[in-house]
Amino acid sequence: MSQVFHDIEKKILETLQKVPNQTPEQLSKNTDLSIDQIRRGIEWLRLKELAIVNESEKITISLGPNGLDSLKNGLPERKLINMLKDEPKTFEQIRSVLSGAGFNAAIANAKKNGWIKIEKNNSDSLVSIKEKPIETPEEKLLSFIGEKTVSLEEITNTLALKILLSRPDYITQTSEKSKSISLTDAALSLDTSISSSAAIDVEADVPSVFAARTHPLQDTIDEIREIFVNLGFSEILGNMTQSSFWNFDALFTPQDHPARELQDTFYLENLHSKKPATSSQIKNVSSSHTQNWKYDWKLSESQKMVLRTHTTCVTIKYLAEQKPENARIFSLGRVFRNEKVSYKHLVEFNQIEGIVIGNNTTLRDLMGIQKEFYRKLGLNKIKFWPTFFPYTEPSLQTMVYNEKLGKWIELFGMGIFRPEVTKPLGIDKPVLAWGGGIERIAMLKYELDDVREFYNNNLSWLRSA
Amino acid sequence: MPVVELNINRIRKLASGKTTRKQILDALPFLGLDIESENGDEIRIEYSPNRPDYSTDYGIATGLQGLLGIKKGIQKINIKKKGQFAIKVDPTVSEVRPYVTGIIATNGKLDDLSIKQLMNMQEDLHFGIGRKRKKSSIGLHDADKISFPLTYTATSREHTFVPLNGNTEQTIDEILTNTEVGQNYGWVLENAKNVPIILDADQNTISFPPIINSALTTVTSNTKNILIEVTGIDKEAAEDMLSVVVSILQTAGFEFNELKITGNKNSTPQLKDRTIVYDPKFTSEILGIDMSLSNMVTCMKKCRLDASVKGKKIACTIPRYRFDIFGPMDLVEEIALGYGIANIEPKLSPSTTIGQKNDITIKTELIRKTAVGLGFLEALNSSLTSKKILYDMTRRDPSEIISVLDSKSQEHTILRDSLLPGLLENLSKNIHESYPQKLFESGVIFSKGEPIHESISLAVIVAYKDTNYSELKAIMQSLLRTNFKINSKTKTSKNHELFVEGRHADIFVNEKKIGEIGEINAEILETFRIRTSVAGFEIKLSGLIFD
Repeated sequence: MSQVFHDIEKKILETLQKVPNQTPEQLSKNTDLSIDQIRRGIEWLRLKELAIVNESEKITISLGPNGLDSLKNGLPERKLINMLKDEPKTFEQIRSVLSGAGFNAAIANAKKNGWIKIEKNNSDSLVSIKEKPIETPEEKLLSFIGEKTVSLEEITNTLALKILLSRPDYITQTSEKSKSISLTDAALSLDTSISSSAAIDVEADVPSVFAARTHPLQDTIDEIREIFVNLGFSEILGNMTQSSFWNFDALFTPQDHPARELQDTFYLENLHSKKPATSSQIKNVSSSHTQNWKYDWKLSESQKMVLRTHTTCVTIKYLAEQKPENARIFSLGRVFRNEKVSYKHLVEFNQIEGIVIGNNTTLRDLMGIQKEFYRKLGLNKIKFWPTFFPYTEPSLQTMVYNEKLGKWIELFGMGIFRPEVTKPLGIDKPVLAWGGGIERIAMLKYELDDVREFYNNNLSWLRSA
Repeated sequence: MPVVELNINRIRKLASGKTTRKQILDALPFLGLDIESENGDEIRIEYSPNRPDYSTDYGIATGLQGLLGIKKGIQKINIKKKGQFAIKVDPTVSEVRPYVTGIIATNGKLDDLSIKQLMNMQEDLHFGIGRKRKKSSIGLHDADKISFPLTYTATSREHTFVPLNGNTEQTIDEILTNTEVGQNYGWVLENAKNVPIILDADQNTISFPPIINSALTTVTSNTKNILIEVTGIDKEAAEDMLSVVVSILQTAGFEFNELKITGNKNSTPQLKDRTIVYDPKFTSEILGIDMSLSNMVTCMKKCRLDASVKGKKIACTIPRYRFDIFGPMDLVEEIALGYGIANIEPKLSPSTTIGQKNDITIKTELIRKTAVGLGFLEALNSSLTSKKILYDMTRRDPSEIISVLDSKSQEHTILRDSLLPGLLENLSKNIHESYPQKLFESGVIFSKGEPIHESISLAVIVAYKDTNYSELKAIMQSLLRTNFKINSKTKTSKNHELFVEGRHADIFVNEKKIGEIGEINAEILETFRIRTSVAGFEIKLSGLIFD
């Protein structure tokens, strides 16, 4: 048997092989281990079915105050007989000597023993001896116990004990529990000396350690970025703080549109962009708004700085500046909405957005790219629904079937930039755009139903996710 | 997105008795309507703000008829020109709310559910096109309670009438102060001395736009003839709104009679269709579908537009209420919808470009990998954080604070200029977890400058009883040496609010300060309820490992 034992176990085993059946205290004395170590060792051995714990109870008997009194002066019924030795006595006379409980006990027991007879005599009763009283088993037991403490096993007349126990304060009974440890047959034949001292219990539990790791949400972000790169898209970066011009005006969002209000968008206090765009960009965007939305476009509105509400401001600015003929570009990063934080809404979350310009830029191509994107994420059951975005036309959204939830979930949106967006910025070709929030995908991946978990940095989750 | 509540049986009846429940539910998403919830026969639907005609079941039924091929093309509106229906605009109103438009809808019947839907539609129109009633607002009235002609004029704030849902006369000022709508929309009138009012021929007040109608003309299920009036500061927006209501009431079975409008810059609404000539090349160029001209015509008609082939092009007629259609791209979408999005096959063309990650991403990934290799767990915090964490609890200098306006969340009000406070907050939330705790974060920090400067930083923090300055210095130097071969030095720095005196330093690379390192001050740890030692550093990656 190649079982490995802890030193504690080994010492207990060896001691018990020499002297079976020891109490923990005896074991502690014989092994020089503390009582705590012994208790632990016994528990380990018991679980391994090598040790048996026998629990026993020892009861001891001694006399109580009434018992001790009777030992000296006799039981109340014996006192009564002694009084009646010379002549019969009335209850009244007896009571004057044996008071209270003693009187009742004396009369009752003497009568039960058949020692006395009672005759009615006018208003009182007269008690006289009927038979010569012999020594009772209870009296014998009292003198057997005497002033000693004896164990229950030593008492042979259990009936007498029972009778005395039923009388108050004659007998004091104490019980003491004790454990003794013995070995199973398997343990008795174990040779503990053969286990090498370097071996350890390889089956025992060990404390947890946690891997250092990248954040699970960041992993999803990196995975999605990688898929975009594989699909031929190149990454561009842009600021989170943007002028309203690029966040809204360049994307054909009229200046009085509800989405631009303080209650949906974070405006930065007292911060303005002196020159958000080139003069011709400003002029063209302004006239696109004036013509199509028919209102007074104001430069000052477009200069207000906001926290970007989408990454589209980064891609559209790139297009306006670079005017590429053929390109696949994406932008990934944090975007902001002035919302109440809840299990499904954050004020700040990650968005990715890709654009395609040049060849193969039909809606079918865009749908094909989407389908491939989801396939790479392991999502194969998808469909497309029409939807509305202010700056794309036509616009679609992808619905992805989630097996675990058993329902269709809305993921990325897509569309073709409206000419009202692209023309004023000098872009003549159709531009496909697609993208969406990343936390939603990460929630599916990590099976979370509260999006806030990603930013709680709760170590127990980060260490186990 | 606005939401409308519908009864599926009503929709079926309106679309055509023969449609099944399943047909309706399957078709709704392909009109661009999201089914938000389904509870027996009651369904809640989200519609896009560009299609306010979908704010009632009448509009949705019209759309479904087209998509399911039950009825195609435009529903023609016939506006009769009989009777005394007229409204005259007084010049006094031009300063506060210059435009009014309207129409009389006749011989119809509305049940309670329809009235409820019309009221909801009105609110959605007010919010969207109406820009919270400022740009335009609408009023529906029982026309039989009114003596025509009407006058649209301005009146003083002492003017009195009984407002809708009221039973006593109130002054304009009382209405603005006492009623909920008055409190919500009074701002539209700003501080105008005189406010707009519509009076009838008997001088009864009909409406106090854009706040409230009078009780006199309340629309009920007994109303047969309705006056629709729209006022506003934008004539086009007012007519847009009118056209939506007209299209819906037409489906509800009403006929129409002209309301003649005269006065400064105002005119009687024509609600005329318009025609766009569509070049069919867009269908293949944009959708990638080869389709015959007659097929395109059918698709457009399924979207309740009219169309006919004109030579090599298509003449497309658009009803007045489809003001969401600007040009050919919008028509491409209509063709796609008519064709059925589900019928369009995705196509994967090989990419002609080679994808590439940004250099900043690549280098940040490298340093993140080293941090993990050194045993650190990555944390992610919001860049929009709170003054409490960023400045108050860490006693940092708030003079360059960058705030957002009117945040709905107290925890997200200012942009971070440092990462370490967020990591301290993370430690504070994890005091019941086992130590050592080692965290790092890389992310954008913000500072003022033309108008805002954004750069990327990396912060590292270690918490357990034996951590100290030297451990962190070794980690910092290893992070910069690995992959980047950057040698860094630490120089004694002047006292710093975050760190223990004598146990912190500035980090230098090539004589340029790139960050700070030190043991965190015990009092700050106490504020964060952290009961162990903490040391950390923060370095600016921008300008160091990338530009």
